[in-house]
Amino acid sequence: MGADALLAATVSGDRLELLAAGDWTADRANDLERLIMAVALPRKSPIRTVRVNMAGVAKLDTYGAWLLERLLRGSREQGAKADVVDLPEQFRTLVDTVHQTTELPDPERLRRASVADWLAAVGENIAEVGRSAALFVQMFGAVSVAFLRVFWRPRTFRFTSLVNQIDLVGWRAVPIIVLITFLIGAILAQQGIFHFRRFGADIFVVDMVGILVLREIGVLIVCIMVAGRSGSAYTAELGSMKMREEVDALQTMGFDPISVLVLPRILALVIAVPMLTFLGEMSALYGAGLVASLYGGIQPEVFVQRLREVISLDHFMVGMIKAPFMAMVIGVVACVRGLETKGSAESLGAQTTAAVVQAIFLVIVLDGIFAVFFAAIDK
Amino acid sequence: MSNTESGFDILSLFDDTPQPQLDISQDIALRVRNLHVRFKRQHVLKGVNFDVKRGEVLGFVGASGAGKSVLLRTMIGLIQPTSGTIEVFGQEFSKAKELREQLIERHWGILFQHGALFSALTVRQNVQFPMREYLDLSPRLLDEVAAAKLKMVGLPPEALNKMPSELSGGMIKRVALARALALDPAIVFLDEPTSGLDPISAGEFDNLIRTLQRTLGLTVFMVTHDLDSLHSVCDRIAVLADGKVIAAGPMSVMLASEHPWLKAYFRGKRGRVGATM
Repeated sequence: MGADALLAATVSGDRLELLAAGDWTADRANDLERLIMAVALPRKSPIRTVRVNMAGVAKLDTYGAWLLERLLRGSREQGAKADVVDLPEQFRTLVDTVHQTTELPDPERLRRASVADWLAAVGENIAEVGRSAALFVQMFGAVSVAFLRVFWRPRTFRFTSLVNQIDLVGWRAVPIIVLITFLIGAILAQQGIFHFRRFGADIFVVDMVGILVLREIGVLIVCIMVAGRSGSAYTAELGSMKMREEVDALQTMGFDPISVLVLPRILALVIAVPMLTFLGEMSALYGAGLVASLYGGIQPEVFVQRLREVISLDHFMVGMIKAPFMAMVIGVVACVRGLETKGSAESLGAQTTAAVVQAIFLVIVLDGIFAVFFAAIDK
Repeated sequence: MSNTESGFDILSLFDDTPQPQLDISQDIALRVRNLHVRFKRQHVLKGVNFDVKRGEVLGFVGASGAGKSVLLRTMIGLIQPTSGTIEVFGQEFSKAKELREQLIERHWGILFQHGALFSALTVRQNVQFPMREYLDLSPRLLDEVAAAKLKMVGLPPEALNKMPSELSGGMIKRVALARALALDPAIVFLDEPTSGLDPISAGEFDNLIRTLQRTLGLTVFMVTHDLDSLHSVCDRIAVLADGKVIAAGPMSVMLASEHPWLKAYFRGKRGRVGATM
């Protein structure tokens, strides 16, 4: 069905006669474009008149009409007179409509990356880091103000929302946190026993696992999990609320989005993460003890006894004190990124990625600062 | 038996015989017969029957919740009908998915109520998106046709490089219309094309639809609540109530009807202004 687009050219003196036939439609546009380009007038062409006879064209759509228009325009640009004859009546409006297309845009070109572009990108990224830091501080301040306002007027606090968020980020995270930390504890113990055994120092695996889990690994693993699990959820929730103007709606009704949306979420994390950290640490120690008895032949009583000797309350407290601070960082970053979301779906994705990456990065930086601090006070 | 059948199906994938073409010169563009759509609890469409003739503008009206959106979404293949047939130019598409992809989706354009522009792409990329998928065109032609389409829907070429989030509501509708028309479709589905526009823009949009319909010879299936659109654009109007088409015909038939809902709709307070025009 359908006929190929055709264009037959005859030159007589300074006249170019073109006889068009077939279907001038989108499906044939590729061939047709080639035909049109083939008859396009070269520079300083002797041709003075171009006449296109469209009588034989069976079908014409926007694509065909545009290519006809391009042929006519090209001819006129070379100083020739161009016209169309015998255009079937049903196509006239279409040809006229397409003729009204005035300016053509510059084609979209991919620019070659230059050194200047690269430098500009570096500069923009540095400025963006500064902007992120400013936004972080700003949000931290706004949340602090909202928190203090709760003491002033406790009734304005969204208690239901807080409980709901604790359920979402705390209670429902328990199974996965317990599982992951259990596995990490077990792996640490296995690796420790495997290597310490060469020196006959099997029992020191308890020291290593105990100190490592309670001081560093427990809280870090939990925070990384929470950043990936709940931080991303916060960003996506707030981001889509921002996109659908829900945040604006809240604001116009006289609610402060920080108090209504952000504060309960951050407080929920600050409450839930220490609990999850405690559970995670216990689970990791249990996993380590299990591997020690099954794989390393260290009896559970010996394991617990050794743990009592080497672990002081300080080790435990060092880990636990970090948890709420890290939770705060995760929450603030996630909420900042959520509220920074612009209209597009792509922006929401970019912000969610940024939230998780920045939260994990800041958690590790914070952990480093704490390490320096605790070393300085000899704990 | 079933083995030989599936074997045949696999073989037919490698068949060199040309694909069947959609004959878009038939008189009936859309034919819906005895269409039922039932969700878990609700029976939304209870036997819908109607035809859309080639080259006409059919306006579909009905109370909110009567099932207009479900009907539209069923017709464009987003909802699977419980029973009944939908034919597009004589091809029943709900059965053969490949057929739908190759033949039918190439020949229709859909304007969603909120535009549904791809927010990650520029206006130019949005309009060119179906062209790139279905046609093998040079970049120059893609750009030129995109500019021509934008001009047709009344947008300046500067709009080409904007992102959808930078456009006003009326511009979004126009870009969405340009995208719906990108492949020069035979049928266009419009879901509440004038909703959310001010009366002047809505009037302009109505004129635009009418002009383009004449220029491109489109068949238009339009769901709308806008009485002015129904007056100025639609050749025929079909009314959906209670899961069935209760009336179909030109405006004069609607105005003459004694059906209580039609009376309230077309001759109510809001209808009177249009009716006296």
